[in-house]
Amino acid sequence: GNLSIILNYFFAGEIFELKAELNSDKKEKKKEAVKKVIASMTVGKDVSALFPDVVNCMQTDNLELKKLVYLYLMNYAKSQPDMAIMAVNTFVKDCEDPNPLIRALAVRTMGCIRVDKITEYLCEPLRKCLKDEDPYVRKTAAVCVAKLHDINAQLVEDQGFLDTLKDLISDSNPMVVANAVAALSEIAESHPNSNLLDLNPQTINKLLTALNECTEWGQIFILDCLANYTPRDDRESQSICERVTPRLSHANSAVVLSAVKVLMKFMEMLPKDLDYYGTLLKKLAPPLVTLLSAEPELQYVALRNINLIVQKRPEILKHEMKVFFVKYNDPIYVKLEKLDIMIRLASQANIAQVLAELKEYATEVDVDFVRKAVRAIGRCAIKVEQSAERCVSTLLDLIQTKVNYVVQEAIVVIKDIFRKYPNKYESVIATLCENLDSLDEPEARAAMIWIVGEYAERIDNADELLESFLEGFHDESTQVQLQLLTAIVKLFLKKPTETQELVQQVLSLATQDSDNPDLRDRGYIYWRLLSTDPVAAKEVVLAEKPLISEETDLIEPTLLDELICHIGSLASVYHKPPSAFVEGSRGVQHKRLPPRSGSPEGAHSGGAAIPEAVPAVIPSQGDLLGDLLNLDLGPPTTGVAPAPTSAMQMGAMDLLGGGLDSLVGGAALNCNCQTLGWYFLPHLQVWLLAMKAKGLEIAGTFSRRGGVIHMELSLTNKAMSVMTDFAIQFNRNSFGLAPAGPLQVLTPLSPNQTTEVSLPLSTVGPVMKMEPLNNLQVAVKNNIDVFYFSCLYPISILFVEDGKMERQVFLATWKDIPNENEAQFHIKDCHLNSDAASSKLQSSNIFTIAKRTVDNQDMLYQSIKLTNGIWVLAELRLQAGNSNYTVSGVLERERYRF
Amino acid sequence: SVFVLICRNYKGDVDMAEIDHFLPLLLQQEEEGLLSPAITRGNVHFLWIKHSNLYLVATTNKNSNAALVYAFLYKLVEVFTEYFKELEEESIQDNFVVVYELLDELMDFGFPQTTDSKILQEYITQEGNKLEVAKSKVPTTVTNAVSWRSEGIKYKKNEVFIDVIESINVLVNANGSVMSSDIVGSIKLKTMLSGMPELRLGLNDRVLFTLTGRDKGKSVAMEDVKFHQCVRLSRFENDRTISFIPPDGESELMSYRINTHVKPLIWIESVIERFSHSRVEIMVKAKGQFKKQSVANNVEIKVPVPSDADSPKFKTSTGHAKYVPEKNLVVWTIKSFPGGKEFLMRAHFGLPSVENDEKEAKPPITVKFEIPYFTVSGIQVRYMKIIEKSGYQALPWVRYITQSGDYQLRTNS
Repeated sequence: GNLSIILNYFFAGEIFELKAELNSDKKEKKKEAVKKVIASMTVGKDVSALFPDVVNCMQTDNLELKKLVYLYLMNYAKSQPDMAIMAVNTFVKDCEDPNPLIRALAVRTMGCIRVDKITEYLCEPLRKCLKDEDPYVRKTAAVCVAKLHDINAQLVEDQGFLDTLKDLISDSNPMVVANAVAALSEIAESHPNSNLLDLNPQTINKLLTALNECTEWGQIFILDCLANYTPRDDRESQSICERVTPRLSHANSAVVLSAVKVLMKFMEMLPKDLDYYGTLLKKLAPPLVTLLSAEPELQYVALRNINLIVQKRPEILKHEMKVFFVKYNDPIYVKLEKLDIMIRLASQANIAQVLAELKEYATEVDVDFVRKAVRAIGRCAIKVEQSAERCVSTLLDLIQTKVNYVVQEAIVVIKDIFRKYPNKYESVIATLCENLDSLDEPEARAAMIWIVGEYAERIDNADELLESFLEGFHDESTQVQLQLLTAIVKLFLKKPTETQELVQQVLSLATQDSDNPDLRDRGYIYWRLLSTDPVAAKEVVLAEKPLISEETDLIEPTLLDELICHIGSLASVYHKPPSAFVEGSRGVQHKRLPPRSGSPEGAHSGGAAIPEAVPAVIPSQGDLLGDLLNLDLGPPTTGVAPAPTSAMQMGAMDLLGGGLDSLVGGAALNCNCQTLGWYFLPHLQVWLLAMKAKGLEIAGTFSRRGGVIHMELSLTNKAMSVMTDFAIQFNRNSFGLAPAGPLQVLTPLSPNQTTEVSLPLSTVGPVMKMEPLNNLQVAVKNNIDVFYFSCLYPISILFVEDGKMERQVFLATWKDIPNENEAQFHIKDCHLNSDAASSKLQSSNIFTIAKRTVDNQDMLYQSIKLTNGIWVLAELRLQAGNSNYTVSGVLERERYRF
Repeated sequence: SVFVLICRNYKGDVDMAEIDHFLPLLLQQEEEGLLSPAITRGNVHFLWIKHSNLYLVATTNKNSNAALVYAFLYKLVEVFTEYFKELEEESIQDNFVVVYELLDELMDFGFPQTTDSKILQEYITQEGNKLEVAKSKVPTTVTNAVSWRSEGIKYKKNEVFIDVIESINVLVNANGSVMSSDIVGSIKLKTMLSGMPELRLGLNDRVLFTLTGRDKGKSVAMEDVKFHQCVRLSRFENDRTISFIPPDGESELMSYRINTHVKPLIWIESVIERFSHSRVEIMVKAKGQFKKQSVANNVEIKVPVPSDADSPKFKTSTGHAKYVPEKNLVVWTIKSFPGGKEFLMRAHFGLPSVENDEKEAKPPITVKFEIPYFTVSGIQVRYMKIIEKSGYQALPWVRYITQSGDYQLRTNS
């Protein structure tokens, strides 16, 4: 209202005054005026109206004034692009100033003016500055190339600046080298396949030399760049490691972490029996421990990375348990992270100390920390068998404290201990039962009910206990309801005479009075089982349960390897691949460790490291749903070598019939669009309906980007409550498709929220022929339940990039393939000429090997290679002036018998 | 009130308005007990540190090197503090022109550049007008391999002062067993040397002694060593020689960590008895477990008391005890604590009849002290060789001190 008008009025007066001062003849007055302008800008006032007046002050030999004007320019040029042109001449002039400080200032500012129109004018000055005699100017110009590339990549490439930048890697000045490396790495990130950095032993040598001479920051750029290199063999790997290890003694924690990254990565290539391998392992521990004396935020980064390192190479820190003991004044994020690492390092040798510590933590006041400490005691019991008894007695002590959340956590973990060591600690059940009334959290209630049901025969009043839960059945959470249903059925099977009424009561509550389809389904199944075949019911309900594994919360090995390549970065802090949180990085190749030593080159697909003796990854404890998922789909597919296809009975026609037509159909579909510059992007299909999945709706499609197959998922929460803990698994399928990492849903999914997830897939999972061939059965789990659906993937996602067959081989193969392997299709209404079709198909990795024109008919000969090595050859016939195509496809089966 | 004091957008890929979301998110995390130094909103990540009442926040939407970001933010605090004595709201507002200049010199397009404040002060100064001439040149130091020392430094008397400071970290369990202990040492220099001197520092380093086949009797095994940028790391890696061209003035040359079982130099036994609804009785016994000839100075023993305690009464065999209610502590100060001696402090507090039923934290007893002329590890500076081409004679001076680091003893209460 009024107030703002008055303020504006005064402000307008101020602007007017400033304008006059800016145009003053007196230097001093001018400078003071510009300072006032900048001061206004800093506090957020809009002083863009003064643009021409400020730019007029640019021509000055006063360095301070010039800096201020440049600062103003960077801020407002984008909003005043036409006037920004006024500044160009001064930039060009300043780039030739005798004073290197001014030349550098000009080239630094130029790059920050993100106005397309003027970038072209800046190329010549930049070219000069890149060759400037003063290293201060060159190092600034090197960064300017990255800035310019960000504004206009094409221009930078056309002008040959990338080559100049590459040359700067050989510059005599270490800071210039460091900035050139930083700029190139930045540019390379947006060009994943450009081989821009062109790392070879010569450049690596230059980088390693510069490493000794440049600033701490420059060392980080160089180390981060080195980490992208893959040494040719273990000898080169060792020699690089030897030259990187001195960096572990640098005072800057970031230098140390970047050095650790290089070493962790290159170590992968060293044979484990090599003396040097052991030396290196020993060298890594002390600097990692020292990082814990850094500032808390750096400690946090260090701890998140140590968490990864401990999973990848437990031997490095196995003797360093004590340094992870929590201090009273540690920030909470440090405390929680230390606790996690303590459990990973827990072993028979140190368990007594660890337990004493955990017990101490469990009596602190911070609820989250205490809960985690109690859980940790349970994890220790499961991990170190010898300590189980002591853990259980510690947990009982804690239960005696009667602190509500401590009791509940303790009961949840004791349930897991019972599962791991059946028939061993039942004596504590009485104590647990005393605390029944105080349990108000669903997880704890469910755990207690499970215990009562599981040991019903030893608890005299099991029926009374379970009955007491039954009273408020409909107010319980689903988790508790399901558990109660199962527990009462177990009880009935164990003590049928006294509990008939109870079981009928729960069955009727579950089947007749409940809206929950899962509960109803489970209720009906039990009902039918009990009424038709009680013996079978016993076999099903009281079946021996699979043991739970000792390590929990492990990061899936492929993801772990990728994260090791990102040590020190945000990805390592979040424990998520960059593709999960960086926009536009979806097409970027996931980083991988170099192939492990000892494995013949190319023996493993892509050279991904497969750690030996990978502990099975199981979902966090207490998660019965997770076990269900495992039961139904077999063990997780991590670390499994590609299954031989020889066992498969896959008909040739099947592949052509089931797969190719959909692909060619897809290609045909977009023929019309192609001419208009559109690209074929398959629509998201709804795979899982919300009504069938307790409110979770999943839509999705598949794509192949940068040589990696992706499942693009869109998850929508149509339920009333928040969804968390998403996980995904595939059933065995025709081409061994398997998730290459966990399903990354960043934050809990709130009601009515949708999240997009891009899940990279590998093709090294277990293989089983499906009907149809491209059928994929998927299980998705969240905190609520497990859901199953199946979907069809386009065969084209399996077409690999190196599917171009040699001409000669093609000819020979084509002839050799028997006729019964051939299939033929007709595609109608495709208005593409043969060249357009060829280039269009090539974008889907269908390569044209040869083209013939016979009788006005274009024939394209094409090859496709599938992820499992099978070749498909095709002939595409196109009548000129006719929009119909004929495709003959043959499936080569000579070299890959199946 | 909360507002943005100053900002610099280095890459233009994060909207400047994003910062408005930072503090609400931080407060929300704090409330939920899930505070984290990296906060995400959409595709923007806030990496922050706090210095007194200022937040220094870096934003990014890339997979940035987080360690580098935090290290840089701390470097920023260091540089600003050296420029303005205190880094606070006022010093930023009063010096915004220099702050902008510094921000541009410290980082370019997200890449940290020159962050050595001594060198920066050679060409970015607060008194711009007066030093116009000096300011208009880039010191060659900026891009030199020796980026931390300028040429042409002159002193009448050439001297180096070496401080060897060892901090003792101890964590003692409530039952009196030492859970973890280590020594973090630091060697600090005050260099007042002319020209470009080459220095070599000799320590009784066990690895070096082993390499050279010397007697290992009085050597010290350093678990990990960290050096200032000026030390030639490859040289140290090869033959354990600590050689360098030092920065002018004060600097930390190196730090080391020794992971030995250290006897806690000041041993504390405590009995804290709590009689519900009535009183708390505290008895603390402190014992100097170091040589009789040595003296610990400015000893401070901080003992936690319940937050609802009142009417304190103290009795001490030496020194002075004081109740600090805002921190729920008794601070027992002993100016001079000779080795081998034992002292006692008793405290009595009343408790209200209606007690606070909220569970209280159990902070440990902490101890602060300083013992001059002595290092726990026995580390010694054997020599400091100083060679400058002009051939002057320079004098190195050494001083040793041991102090408490993170020194915590858990209590039973």
